[in-house]
Amino acid sequence: MKSQLKLAIALAAFAAQPSFAEVTPNMVAFADGAVAQSHTGVAGNAADGAKVASTRSMGNCVACHAIAALPDAKFQGNVGPALDGVGSRWSEAELRGIVSNAKMMFDGTVMPSFYKTEGYTRLGDAYTGKAPKGDVPPILSAQQIEDVVAYLLTLKE
Amino acid sequence: MHLRSRRILIAASVFALMSSATAYADPVEGFELVVNGEMTLVTEAPASANLEGALDTVYSGLLFRESETREMEMDDFSNPGMVFVDQGLDLWNKVDGTDGKSCASCHDDVESLKETRAAMPKMNPTGDDLWSMENYINNCRTTKMGAEAWKWSSDQMTSVTAAISVAGRGEVVNPKVDGAAAEWWEKGKELYYTRFGQLELSCANCHEQNYGNMIRADHLSQGQTNGFPAYRLKNAKLNSIHNRFKGCVRDTRAETFGEGSAEFRALELYVASRGAGLSVEGVGVRN
Ligand code: HEC
Ligand code: HEC
Repeated sequence: MKSQLKLAIALAAFAAQPSFAEVTPNMVAFADGAVAQSHTGVAGNAADGAKVASTRSMGNCVACHAIAALPDAKFQGNVGPALDGVGSRWSEAELRGIVSNAKMMFDGTVMPSFYKTEGYTRLGDAYTGKAPKGDVPPILSAQQIEDVVAYLLTLKE
Repeated sequence: MHLRSRRILIAASVFALMSSATAYADPVEGFELVVNGEMTLVTEAPASANLEGALDTVYSGLLFRESETREMEMDDFSNPGMVFVDQGLDLWNKVDGTDGKSCASCHDDVESLKETRAAMPKMNPTGDDLWSMENYINNCRTTKMGAEAWKWSSDQMTSVTAAISVAGRGEVVNPKVDGAAAEWWEKGKELYYTRFGQLELSCANCHEQNYGNMIRADHLSQGQTNGFPAYRLKNAKLNSIHNRFKGCVRDTRAETFGEGSAEFRALELYVASRGAGLSVEGVGVRN
């Protein structure tokens, strides 16, 4: 019991530390809108990515995109194209670029940049409408980006 | 590059296919807003010259709502906002403040202000500030009645602005945008196209580029203000224009502006001018 608790604490502390391989938002290297290098070096988990895509407080991709493979995510939007078959249309590197900062691929797009921390006008504290108290993290974490990319790659034509 | 544009083309055709399949792509067609079986309101009008290149036609937000919601606004007995209008009329006639006056003491019947709503916001009497209807009301209260100012979105304020708006129902929105108002209008336009917050979305991104589309459960309208103050089924009360703006800016994960701020008054003028030609709806009913 006691040693289990210790282990849990140790694991939590480990998880809280940024892995040394993590690419921070301002380090991401775009080439033609695509990003070849993983943000974390840890393979993305498609199931977690599906959750990020459909959960309002996370990626909420379905706010703008329909994804037929996620029928449980109600009220899918159509501001952006349907993501069905997107894993056949784009490579992993391209998808990583689009999800990290879609403006690098689609000039002036309405799609938000999910892995970016600078260049905002009146950045707020999430949906509170208030000014942030400290640094605001990107909308998605490095691993969440990898998870979403892994999920998108499962959406084949 | 070539590859990329081909892919975007594919994406665009997938998108076109999808949007033609959805029930929501456009404002509802063939709907006439006839209130109480007698007053026909304009819910669709050619865009004013100011909007050249941006929009051809302007639509009331009502055309993007479900039929049940639209029907509520067709009859004062089924419009839930009318209860508050009655409260507003009571306040209109109620003496308040140290000077023993009510609004009616100076303005008689509320009908005397029937042209007010369609012209708002407008330059103040001294010509050095742009005032919303709320500013005019508070100016009367503090300088002419010896009464306290009401908070911008208080129940008293929204019910009195609603009573004045119902008096102006059917008037055509046409705020003055030249002269001293011109620089406010420019400022408002700049704000309208600024991409705010962590989501980097401007008013135009949602209400000009994407009206008719769904953003999650919401069917996007052009974000017009002719139906305000509006009764929202969501919070079961009247909502001021600035309160609506505040919510929209907050939803971009931005630090929003305050109700009554110079920014929101400028934006109110610009947005009102985008709706020029539409009828004042009095109290609109919205989601
Ligand atoms: C506010 C709207 C919005 C949100 C939220 C959004 N997107 Fe997009 N997305 C778009 C638009 C619009 C496009 C089309 C590109 C353009 O602007 O021309 C797009 C394009 C894409 C594409 C390329 C699709 C294709 O078929 O070419 C992918 C992949 C994508 N988005 C993934 C995502 C993911 C994953 C998320 C969430 C983490 C997300 N989007 C959130 C609006 C959005
Ligand atoms: C992320 C998308 C988004 C952005 C950005 C946005 N809005 Fe909205 N707005 C909505 C939604 C959703 C609604 C409710 C449905 C509708 O009427 O469009 C709405 C409603 C409105 C309405 C009420 C319209 C009616 O008839 O009831 C007004 C007015 C409005 N918005 C103005 C603005 C202004 C001004 C801005 C910029 C400061 C803005 N919005 C930015 C999403 C947005």
